[in-house]
Amino acid sequence: MSDVERKTMLLTTPFHSRVEQYCESNDWGAWQGYTTPNSYFDVELEYFAIRSTAGVLDLSPMNKYRITGPDAESFLNRLVTRNVSKIGIDRVGYAVWCNDAGELMDDGTIFHLGENDYRLCSYMRADDWLDWNALGFDVRVTNETDDIAALAIQGPVSCTILTLIGCEGLSALKPFGIARFDFEGVEMMVSRTGFTGDLGYEVWIDPSKAEALWDQLFDKGRDYLIKPMGSDALHLARVEAGFLQAKVDFVPAEIAVRPGRTRTPLEMGLAWQVDFSKPLFNGRQALLKQESEGLRYRFVLLDVEGNKPAEHSFILKNGKQVGIVTSAAWCPTAKSNLAFAQVEMPHGAVGDTLVAEIYYQRELQWTRLMAPCKVIDGPLFNPPRKRQTPAPAH
Amino acid sequence: MTKYDAIVIGAGHNGLISATYLAKAGKRVLVLDGRATAGGCASTKAFSSGFHVSDCAQWLHQFDNNIIKELNLEMHGLRLGQPKRTLALQATGDHLVINGDSVKGGEISPADKKAFKHYKSQMRVFAKLMLKLYRKRAPKMVEANRGDQVTLLSLGLGLKMMGRKNMQDMMRLVLINIYDVMNEHFDHEGLKAAIALDAITGTNMGPRSPNTVFTYIHRMVGEALGNQGVTQVMGGMGSLGGALLSTAKTQGVEVRLDSNVSKIVKTDDRVTGVALASGEVIEATVVVSSADPTTTYRDLLGYRHIEAGQARRVEQYRTRSGTGKLHIALSALPHFDGVAPEDLSQRLVIAPSMDAMETGLNPMKYHELTTQHVFDISIPTLEDPTLAPAGQHLLTALVHYVPYALKTSWEGAREELLESLISQLEAYAPGIRTLIVASEVRVPEDFETSHGVTGGNWHHGELSIDQALMMRPFPGSTQYKGSVEGLYLCGAGSHPGGSLMGLAGKNAAQEILKQGVLK
Repeated sequence: MSDVERKTMLLTTPFHSRVEQYCESNDWGAWQGYTTPNSYFDVELEYFAIRSTAGVLDLSPMNKYRITGPDAESFLNRLVTRNVSKIGIDRVGYAVWCNDAGELMDDGTIFHLGENDYRLCSYMRADDWLDWNALGFDVRVTNETDDIAALAIQGPVSCTILTLIGCEGLSALKPFGIARFDFEGVEMMVSRTGFTGDLGYEVWIDPSKAEALWDQLFDKGRDYLIKPMGSDALHLARVEAGFLQAKVDFVPAEIAVRPGRTRTPLEMGLAWQVDFSKPLFNGRQALLKQESEGLRYRFVLLDVEGNKPAEHSFILKNGKQVGIVTSAAWCPTAKSNLAFAQVEMPHGAVGDTLVAEIYYQRELQWTRLMAPCKVIDGPLFNPPRKRQTPAPAH
Repeated sequence: MTKYDAIVIGAGHNGLISATYLAKAGKRVLVLDGRATAGGCASTKAFSSGFHVSDCAQWLHQFDNNIIKELNLEMHGLRLGQPKRTLALQATGDHLVINGDSVKGGEISPADKKAFKHYKSQMRVFAKLMLKLYRKRAPKMVEANRGDQVTLLSLGLGLKMMGRKNMQDMMRLVLINIYDVMNEHFDHEGLKAAIALDAITGTNMGPRSPNTVFTYIHRMVGEALGNQGVTQVMGGMGSLGGALLSTAKTQGVEVRLDSNVSKIVKTDDRVTGVALASGEVIEATVVVSSADPTTTYRDLLGYRHIEAGQARRVEQYRTRSGTGKLHIALSALPHFDGVAPEDLSQRLVIAPSMDAMETGLNPMKYHELTTQHVFDISIPTLEDPTLAPAGQHLLTALVHYVPYALKTSWEGAREELLESLISQLEAYAPGIRTLIVASEVRVPEDFETSHGVTGGNWHHGELSIDQALMMRPFPGSTQYKGSVEGLYLCGAGSHPGGSLMGLAGKNAAQEILKQGVLK
């Protein structure tokens, strides 16, 4: 047995030697073709590292596209629904994009790295779509997913630890800002971004320095109780922060098979992302039409009574099914039982009371719970440190 | 600044027809064309000394007779020749003569004669049903509004009225190839090939390509419109362009030739006019493009000004033609073995067998020249001596298969092709070479250059079922409405497609008027 080489269909990231070493639970999952830990040792403890000290996530599988050339900005402005011109140099912006039918394809972040120079990070592989979008634009789109190693360091002491490994003055960096530092002779880019709703950063570096970066972080961060975190802990944190996840909270349009399963940004609570004052972007006409004709669904945050996560629950109104839950978790810091749901219009206005039909299992026994829930107008977890500049020191 | 209700891009037959119907409804219309003469592919050019050749389309066989009446085209100078018989030339010299539903000669069997009658009458039933669809915008299936529902209902009813047998046959035939259908019906190889020719003319398909029954029925719509076989236009095909120009002007349409539109102007989220190559910008409430969809979206509007999915559709739209054209000026009437001199005015077809046609197609798939062409020949000077100096004659032929792109370059290859075509003709018309005063071959790329049709395709895009009817030219740009507000399509790239028919132009005008976008 021992001399059989274990082969995997999945790719590994530049941090794999360290990730494997730290992954005590040996609990692996697939993230868009790469093997990454669901957990390293204990999901709750990993989660609490994010909220109390610092959690480190290997986000190298995130798809990264470099977009350069004279038309880079106009290319992006046609691609995404928001106005990209508002993202200054060395700033990052959240963005979503649609096909011509206004169906949500993915969400991600746009890094404005310099004049005519952007990086688009997406959950889905987007090579084909970006190539089609490049028709008629003087722009170069390069997939640089494997050329850059990336780590997220999230939590109250993240700034302190990064400063210890050489990010001098990082605390002055505003949310969604980008700063560059030297790390063992190569450029290390740090952005104040993340998927946890907390104070946190993402670090971007050449893959050759990935292991050294990991080692330094855990070495300098040991006294600050830095911990690695897996996808499960991240899930808890992002639900608590109210962040959407492609393929979980909506079906990306390019992989949707069944009619009616896609959603538009307007139906996903992303109207704030749609800038109709732009004369053209993919899906604009369809979204304008939907805006005038009315939405089919509404994305809602639900505060669910009790402590049983409303995972995969039906949402009822007066006994009739009006929606489904896409993500749910008991959120330890917010101390609330949160659920993301899609409900049919006209239900789901803020303050509306609905019922979650929850099924949960204890020692083989299934129990059905009809939990009242209330539509709230935003995530309950929203600490000041997320925005504070300079970032609080520890 | 002067503002028009509509600017029509292109003074081709569809552009002029659209413009004229809009003007008849009281709209202020400007037609712009970069060429010096009106008519687009309905054009005549001077050739050698004293010859005038229809340098693009040579036959009229699908033109809507209602349009001729409604636009008074005869009063404006349109004169059509006599309907022509088709002589399918056989190597034996005993040629087949196809006249309407009857066929004789060429040792045709009584069974084939009978089958031909039956075949034609069934195809005419299908074509009549198709014509119902051709006379208005193609109904959307899913988002059908009331108008579309009525069309669908009448279509469904029409299908049912055909009777069970015909309905089953139509559903079975419409997607398959003409090769199989010919073999089901007939024995005579020459007859099968002559019919198959009508299915592949102007396309990039061979008799064995799926969809070639659909293209055949499309051609048969010409008969449903009242045309018998093909006819020539007296004075050359350009006279049709001339008549359309004249009627347009009478209705108040302003036509500016030698005015090349370089850009469709978009202001914010809608089309507001056009810019000419000279830099002049002209505004209009709507811009109606009779240019092919690729030219319209890729070249005039620009991919960056439409949504990416539409750009993808345009890029994937198939436009390559496999049809070229041969022009020969002759010092005297040529001799064709087995053809009486007076019959040389008829349509002469060289297509020995469907297998020969398919074999001729094969090299084209690999961007090479074939040595086995299919000819659709017209000697227009017998019926219309004005096209050549006294006693001299003109021979023009549609030639299949001529690739759009060659593996090597067209440099030198045109001469090679011309020589090959003339030697192939000699086999049927011995001595023709000695009569040649001037000759030229036009390849699809030449039509692209001279007439601005992408891929040299006179249908403005392959006429296949995935690019036809409610899918023409592609979803997001159907029912004559462009994918940007204020832009409409009225060319052969829109429903019901190509050949000189005029329905796309007329339907587009009616649709624009019905939508009430023009005050």
